[in-house]
Amino acid sequence: MNWEAIALTGRLAMIVAGALVLVGLPIAYWISFSRWRWKFLIEALVSVPLVLPPTVLGFYLLVAFGSGSWFGKWWQSITGHTLAFSFQGLVIASIIYSLPFAVQPFAASFAAVDPALLSVSSTLGASRWHTFWRVILPLSVPGVVTGVVLSFAHTVGEFGVVLMIGGNIPGVTRTVSIDIYDRVQAIEYASANQTALVLLIFAFAVLSIVYALNRRIWAVYPFK
Amino acid sequence: MKFDVPSKLEANTLDSALHVQIRREYCGGDRDATFSLDVNFRVPSGITMLFGPSGAGKTTVLDCIAGVRSPDSGRIELAEQTLFESAVQINIRAEIRRIGYVFQSLALFPHLTAEQNIHYGLFKLPVAERRRRAAAILDSLHIAHLRNRRPRGISGGERQRVALARALVTQPKALLLDEPLSALDAATKAGIMDDLRAWNEQHRIPVLYVTHSREEVFALGERVIALEQGRVVAEGTPLQVLSAPRTEAIAGWMGLENIFDAEVLALHEKQGTMLCRLASAAGAGPELEIPLGRSTAGDRVRVGIGAGEILIATRVPEGISARNVLQGELKTIERRDAMLIAKVDSGILFEVHLTPGAQESLQLVAGKRVWLVIKTYSCHLLQRTSRELL
Repeated sequence: MNWEAIALTGRLAMIVAGALVLVGLPIAYWISFSRWRWKFLIEALVSVPLVLPPTVLGFYLLVAFGSGSWFGKWWQSITGHTLAFSFQGLVIASIIYSLPFAVQPFAASFAAVDPALLSVSSTLGASRWHTFWRVILPLSVPGVVTGVVLSFAHTVGEFGVVLMIGGNIPGVTRTVSIDIYDRVQAIEYASANQTALVLLIFAFAVLSIVYALNRRIWAVYPFK
Repeated sequence: MKFDVPSKLEANTLDSALHVQIRREYCGGDRDATFSLDVNFRVPSGITMLFGPSGAGKTTVLDCIAGVRSPDSGRIELAEQTLFESAVQINIRAEIRRIGYVFQSLALFPHLTAEQNIHYGLFKLPVAERRRRAAAILDSLHIAHLRNRRPRGISGGERQRVALARALVTQPKALLLDEPLSALDAATKAGIMDDLRAWNEQHRIPVLYVTHSREEVFALGERVIALEQGRVVAEGTPLQVLSAPRTEAIAGWMGLENIFDAEVLALHEKQGTMLCRLASAAGAGPELEIPLGRSTAGDRVRVGIGAGEILIATRVPEGISARNVLQGELKTIERRDAMLIAKVDSGILFEVHLTPGAQESLQLVAGKRVWLVIKTYSCHLLQRTSRELL
């Protein structure tokens, strides 16, 4: 069992899930309530990682992180090193890759809030900001939890993007899935199986939580 | 006996009135069809009923006033302040209009207790003031015992009170009610309306109450605006609107052709009836026994009787269950389609509908002496006019 890889994966997934709450909530809010006619383009863009082969996403991120792009240059001028093959690069890639897994459940639960509650909130003098914190978010707790859990789990399980932009540096970018791949390549089936089994059990547990939450939607907040 | 006329209200409260003059396309009951709303009316302080069939545009009007939706064009003014004016592109946001709005669905926040719901609109106030105001409104609407309950755990009538309290506690400059009581029984309804009237006697704001129920118009309203397919078709007191030219909307109210003001003389609680004297222009009219209402002797009430529910006899009827037999003189009788409309004077003018066959066999002609037979339960108690018109 490679505890270093497991710890690294856990750290990565937690940071990504946390970042996706900050990034995903405003995007989901905008998708739920904007009346912009070209909104569907943004919705499609957010969901692209769902259907794209991870290698395609990884390839373009690698290009963007490289010193040939303005972003890569800018990052290098600030931090002194390149994003490719670094933990930070992995974090950014994972945020993009897991974005739909956070935004979709967030947006679905925002859209499910009775619009009359939002109208009545505004007639009671509440700004949109206030309404979001006092009405929309409390009523969307199951959806937000689902989004966080799914993006955490998805980050734990990603492989292609990590391989493309992270490489295989122990303690820096060698995640659990890369570790398993490594061991299979080295014909260490027994240790590969150990780690794989842990991931399998983890994935099952996480999805059980998600489905249980959505079945009894008020499992977290016992009301309505 | 003289009765107060509601128009008396308007003189000293001009400044708090709501003026609405708007146009808007809207979807009626039928999803595919769009209608155009084009209305122009004024709501003085007091309770005004916005009456009309479903799809008439009533909710659209309320949404535009509250600022939840915007009209295509026009002007909305409240207490001499412009809330919306398309010509100069004024459109005050809903959250600063200070208009209380009780939705048809009530829209209570399911995750908050009754008290937290009521606190919701007071978040800008200091906590102590918030508590004071919430406690006052909880008391005056008799829901203090519900303060820690969530909306799901309380009954329909109590939920209405919570929603009303949540709107009133913000001290709005106008109150909009979208069929808030339609699902409640008459007694619960009357109790809530009494509390609302009591509150409004202190605050004197315009209250616009949307309904499609004729009974509510008579029972609750001081004033009516009748809306049909996006147009105002009649406006005035319930009585005035009834006597206005017949339109499709008003025809719906016509189930009660005879509407009289009356004074309660005595209550017979055991029999479930009360005796009242109808007020005619000439003075005291005939006495009628009507179903017991929430009244005391001396109260002024309004009684409605369907013209088709009154029997005409040419001799003194005997051995019948009907409690009211009034002697009178047949003044006129005229034909409308397959029906005859008789006007009978028995101290006050009654309209009676009968068939041509009945006229033939009784040989009814103008000037004939007749007796009107009216069952107690054919008399509908419409409105208590004693307190609300002060």
